[in-house]
Amino acid sequence: MISEKDVKYAASLSRIHLSDEEAKPLTKDLEKILHYVEKLQKLDVSKVEPTSHVLPIKNVYREDKVRSSLSQEEALKIAVEKIKGSYKVPKVIE
Amino acid sequence: MKLNELTAHEILDLIKAGKETPAAVYKSVKEQISKTEGKVHAYARLIDNQEIDNKLRVDSCPIPIAIKDNICIKDNETTCASKILQGFKPPYDATVIKKLKDSKAIFVGNANMDEFAFGSSCETSAFGPTRNPWNIDCVPGGSSGGSAAAVASSEAVWAIGSDTGGSIRQPACLCGVVGLKPTYGVVSRFGLIAFASSLDQIGPITKDVIDNALLLNIISGYDENDSTSVKMEKPDYTKALIKDIKGIRIGIPKEYFIEGIDPEVEKSVKDSIEKLKSLGAVVKEISLPHTEYAVATYYITATAEASSNLARFDGVQYGLRAIPKSQRKNPIVDMYEETRNQGFGREAKRRIMLGTYALSSGYYDAYYLRALKVRTLIKNDFDKVFKDCDCIVTPTSPTTAFKIGERMDDPIAMYLSDIYTIPANLSGIPAISIPCGFSKNNLPIGLQIMAKAFDEKMLFKVAYAYEQSTDWHKKRVSL
Repeated sequence: MISEKDVKYAASLSRIHLSDEEAKPLTKDLEKILHYVEKLQKLDVSKVEPTSHVLPIKNVYREDKVRSSLSQEEALKIAVEKIKGSYKVPKVIE
Repeated sequence: MKLNELTAHEILDLIKAGKETPAAVYKSVKEQISKTEGKVHAYARLIDNQEIDNKLRVDSCPIPIAIKDNICIKDNETTCASKILQGFKPPYDATVIKKLKDSKAIFVGNANMDEFAFGSSCETSAFGPTRNPWNIDCVPGGSSGGSAAAVASSEAVWAIGSDTGGSIRQPACLCGVVGLKPTYGVVSRFGLIAFASSLDQIGPITKDVIDNALLLNIISGYDENDSTSVKMEKPDYTKALIKDIKGIRIGIPKEYFIEGIDPEVEKSVKDSIEKLKSLGAVVKEISLPHTEYAVATYYITATAEASSNLARFDGVQYGLRAIPKSQRKNPIVDMYEETRNQGFGREAKRRIMLGTYALSSGYYDAYYLRALKVRTLIKNDFDKVFKDCDCIVTPTSPTTAFKIGERMDDPIAMYLSDIYTIPANLSGIPAISIPCGFSKNNLPIGLQIMAKAFDEKMLFKVAYAYEQSTDWHKKRVSL
């Protein structure tokens, strides 16, 4: 079943910093849940197509014409930090 | 009864007859809030300074409404009851909000909810739990617990919720009100902060079935901003409110009356089925053989979708940004990881990580792909049954409202609260919960009706016929 190492790996894929104190109970929780969903293995699904979406609609396009959208100023109004019309973030490359 | 305790259609009649004004209705809602909100905590925040227009058009519907805290209202803080979205003021209105504004709706506040709609009890909210108006030691259900509690306590006349696995119907059931999850594609999700995009649907929570049809009339309809919105002629759902269900074929799935169901719930539901029979419906036992796999299927597909949808909350653009005291990896990654560590609560972390795990290399086929295939089997069960049935009647929840704290440490027990509601989301079909009784402890019991896709009218018809011959929907809480 799932180990604390797996949980820490899933946390890093999820971009969540997890302390050791948090990892332990979470491992237990996930272990219980994975044990519960194990029942799905009982069914033979070899000839079944997956359903990712219930409606028979696909490739929904809109007409290719210019429409109004949020201005830069409106979009940045709620920015945590901004600089010269852009979002400001911590250093990406050191 | 006080004004705020009336249904929307009763209030509209009074307003149209010139006997009351929208301002007076809003005032009575505000008075109720000042009296009971301290006990119930239905709202994440109230919206003040509402402009009230007492002049009416024919299609105006100036009714005080609660909006779940995951639906964007322009320039009004909207947070999904999560710390990670604190301070987020959407720069646009969700489509349902736009439609409600056009109808002159009065927005009372953002209703409390489980964080990101992850829960069945409203206990995972960053603002603390909402309480059940019928017994404040109990949960109101979730995740739209605040919306249901606001309506049940008359702190709003009606409300909007969202339903991914039962999040409208289960709290409506536990709070003794009417909650509808429409067919996937009937109500635009543009501006709904996404949880699981293949399952999420917005819907009305109201005091009776007539109000429910009225509110669905306002919020439904095609929207080019939601690519899953269905292009179809918009029905007038109130046309279905006729008290005639003679010959309607009702299926009762034997898999829904199983161990674990509260005997009082079972009795009320069975009595209700007898009532429907006496009104002329033809009742027969049916089978939905893959029912026992629904919760497991849901918790894989919904968390997988959630882990992807919630990737956008990273501290870059809006909401919370947290930086660790000392460097761990590199400055930007540290910022993402610390923001998400501090911003998400335990259940949100649990679900994001479960979803990430189910989608990760090596587990994708065993978990995610397999769950999507089982979803097909569950959907096929319904397609088959609807060849000989007009609708399906079941309990909404296996128990009445449970005590606050009771299921918080046991995720599986909490997830099983949604055992009867999840299949409708997996299959995309509409389902409604209506009050059908009370337990000895005076806690509400709910009846769920499901119909085939786009047949909301069938739900309203059967629900209305039942409601007209019972009094459960007329009971009001005294707080």
